[in-house]
Amino acid sequence: MDELQELVERVLARDFAAVGRAISLVEDRRPRASERSERLLQLLRTSGRAAAGHCLGLTGPPGAGKSTLVSALARVARRRALSVGVLAVDPSSPRSGGALLGDRVRIEGDPDDELLYVRSMASGGDLGGLARAAGAAVEVLTAAYELVVVETVGVGQSETDVEHVSDTVVLVVQPASGDLLQFIKAGILEIPDVLVVNKLDLGPVATRAAAELRAALAATHPGRQASVPPVVLTSAATSDGVDELLDRCAEHRAQLAATGALEAERAARRRRWAYRLFRDWAGARGVQQLGGRAHAEARLALLLGEGRSAWGAASALAEQR
Amino acid sequence: MRTYSGHSTPKASNELYRANLAKGQTGLSVAFDLPTQTGYDSDASFARGEVGKTGVPIDSLGDLRELFEGLQLEQMNTSMTINATAAWLLALYVALAEEQGATLSKLRGTTQNDIIKEYLSRGTYVFPPEPSLRLIADMIEYTVEHLPEFNPVNVCSYHLQEAGATPEQEIAYALGTAIAVLDTVQARGVSQASLDKVFGRVSFFLNSNLRFIDEVCKQRAFARLWDKLGLERYGVQDAKLRRFRYGVQVNSLGLTEAQPENNIIRIVLEMLGVTLSRDARARAIQLPAWNEALGLPRPWDQQLSLRAQQILAYESDLLEHADIFEGSVVIERRTSELAAAAWAEVEAVLARGGIVQAVAEGYVKERLVAANAARLVAIEQGTQIVVGVNEFRESEPSPLLEAGSVDAILRVDPASEAEQIERLQRWRAGRDSAAVASALEALERAAREGSNLMPPSIAAAKAGVTTGEWANTLRGVFGEYRAPTGVSGASTPETLQEQLTRLRAELDDLTEQLGRRPKLLVGKPGLDGHSNGAEQIALRARDAGFEVVYEGIRVSPKELARAAADEGVHLVGLSILSGAHLELVGETLERLRALGLGELPVVVGGIIPEEDAALLRARGVRAVFTPKDYRIGQIIEQLIALVRSTSLPKAG
Repeated sequence: MDELQELVERVLARDFAAVGRAISLVEDRRPRASERSERLLQLLRTSGRAAAGHCLGLTGPPGAGKSTLVSALARVARRRALSVGVLAVDPSSPRSGGALLGDRVRIEGDPDDELLYVRSMASGGDLGGLARAAGAAVEVLTAAYELVVVETVGVGQSETDVEHVSDTVVLVVQPASGDLLQFIKAGILEIPDVLVVNKLDLGPVATRAAAELRAALAATHPGRQASVPPVVLTSAATSDGVDELLDRCAEHRAQLAATGALEAERAARRRRWAYRLFRDWAGARGVQQLGGRAHAEARLALLLGEGRSAWGAASALAEQR
Repeated sequence: MRTYSGHSTPKASNELYRANLAKGQTGLSVAFDLPTQTGYDSDASFARGEVGKTGVPIDSLGDLRELFEGLQLEQMNTSMTINATAAWLLALYVALAEEQGATLSKLRGTTQNDIIKEYLSRGTYVFPPEPSLRLIADMIEYTVEHLPEFNPVNVCSYHLQEAGATPEQEIAYALGTAIAVLDTVQARGVSQASLDKVFGRVSFFLNSNLRFIDEVCKQRAFARLWDKLGLERYGVQDAKLRRFRYGVQVNSLGLTEAQPENNIIRIVLEMLGVTLSRDARARAIQLPAWNEALGLPRPWDQQLSLRAQQILAYESDLLEHADIFEGSVVIERRTSELAAAAWAEVEAVLARGGIVQAVAEGYVKERLVAANAARLVAIEQGTQIVVGVNEFRESEPSPLLEAGSVDAILRVDPASEAEQIERLQRWRAGRDSAAVASALEALERAAREGSNLMPPSIAAAKAGVTTGEWANTLRGVFGEYRAPTGVSGASTPETLQEQLTRLRAELDDLTEQLGRRPKLLVGKPGLDGHSNGAEQIALRARDAGFEVVYEGIRVSPKELARAAADEGVHLVGLSILSGAHLELVGETLERLRALGLGELPVVVGGIIPEEDAALLRARGVRAVFTPKDYRIGQIIEQLIALVRSTSLPKAG
């Protein structure tokens, strides 16, 4: 067994130090490391156990209490004996490239708990909101853990970014913040699979916000009653409602699995993510040269079909061009 | 006149107090160790290496008995530097006083009890802001009724200056804190007469630095605004009750590790500012020791500080005159300026919903981190001169430090921790466990129901409950809190552009070679909450282009090692100022090795004597930084070089 195979075995065995190393590898942009990370992802995928985990993408405006909610989610999921991987994405400074990570509410976990893994990542400024390596990191995490939570600072574009890597998109809303109107205007309510009104401890303000949200959702999903996403009230401080949130997310995933949509969704997502990466490198012009987005995506789909990762497919296409 | 003291064990501290009282000290100022301040028993895992380090450990009524052995509490004026667990220490004090047969109404003293500045500067908070304010209000209610001579709250602007606050900020945030406390009491529906009394009992604890004209004016501005607040916001009619009562501890932040004997002169000048004129004269003064930046002071160092006060009081003519600045145009103008600027900031805080909200949002901490960054950059660039540090650095060999060896500073005997743990375990074995359980139950019930927590705390003290048990019971009800670090909202001053540009180029280059951006874990292991250094390193490292993982204070070595593994960092930087560096660094290195990260480079910053620095380096620490490394830019450069040499494959 070579070094990478051994690393994969250890990742699958949920050895957190190995998971840490695997993510550092997929973050590494050096050409040789890229080859290795491509092979690592391939090995994970062909292990037959990859992508077993359920990936939640948690997003929402600053101050909505996302980090406390992630902390509560991890706590409750661990109580249900689920293994948990968390990927928290923070913005990079455009000027220095530096970033301050973990300076929010810390994800409180027992350092002896080997089945709770927390990683922070800087957005790197490549793509709106999510680091280039986030997609690959999620593949590593979903191979190792049953529940994976990706948290992003949701501002502008990035609110839609997280959907490229997660099975279930959860949008966190702060009551009485005026967020709602913004979301409706920006068409963001189309994206989440589950909505959360956090800070239940605010009382009537929170329940009113939930009611308004439900009304707005009904309006944005006319005639599609069944597809209106659920709204859950939570208090991250007391963990109230967090069990229900986990249930709703699990239901969403079960629905996807039942209709056979899960695999198709994941494939489509990987294609879109690969397209984002490709466009990031090749620019709008590069896309044009291939005959537009549809053509580019079709070629990426072929490359993905050969077992490449999103990153691998995008770079292969960039080279072919 | 008193010196802040207490260490190792209750017995050793008792001996120290008796000696100090014999030398003419007129009151006691008790320093507690960090486990006591943060609500842990001496045998808790968080307490390891910290017992007796920054002060005396008090686990139970038995320890307090021993601390005050042979002293009559009724005759003492005892100042206790205690905050998150102040209600508990006061409960123990009351329980002991009753045991001694004292009349409670005669008890005199102060509990510091300013939780806001703990979130901002000192770091020994436990509970979230709201229940913390409730504990303070409970104590106020209790003391106003039963201990009328006791000061239950001593609002501290001192620590704000230590965190880098400007005079305006010092005034504004201290007044904001007093407003939060008084508003909480007022909201309980007390009578105007009680509110008057409470207002009259709130005292302050100020800082004083070398800009001593500013310090004179700061005190005047403080007094003026306090009077205005009493009259206008709380309707206190009696002018005597609106008098600004305060003590001062002079500045430690400006004391230097280089040429430490110069600190004696600094301390005297700083003391002069707060005693010079009658209308701006502190009621009580505490002086740090000249060699504080090197380690824990010895009795002789403390004696020197006491003598300085005595010379000023008894040999000089300072106390013989009326206010010498009366009618001074310059003093009046500066005072008005400070008062106006401070009041504007008070209003900014109130506009955010008060100091609790402003602290929870990170606003206040960000302002302090930014102010401190500006101060450090000025020293780094030489626009602010610090003698012996960035100017006039040449020095004759110092006979004071020649002994230079380990003996030049006080060391806590490691055996005293074991001794204290043994005492605690004996105490637990010897008490009535049914009485303890029911006392804790009563405490928990009161916490949930919202009734005053003082009576059940006093009952718990008498039943033999320990500090950790009291705090853990309340943790169970109130939860624990983690305050904002203030780093994300602050940034390095523009004047450093040139340095930043250079560092960024270096880091960009290193990023290319590493394949990903260098990632630095900044950690504050242990209970020590002095986070200035960690914040400034995190801030500059981020602005230079590092990815910085900083999760604030009180992270255990185990958690740090785990974070290093999960996060895949290139470098770990630890900051420790409590004196527990040997234990904490040793444990962190051990934990890292256990996770297969023995090769990960670790650097340490703090108040670390050279002998210890050598020990740490011998154990594998790559670099040790102390207060004399004031050029943060150079530290960052060293960190970059360290990542370069350890993370890149060796050439050839």
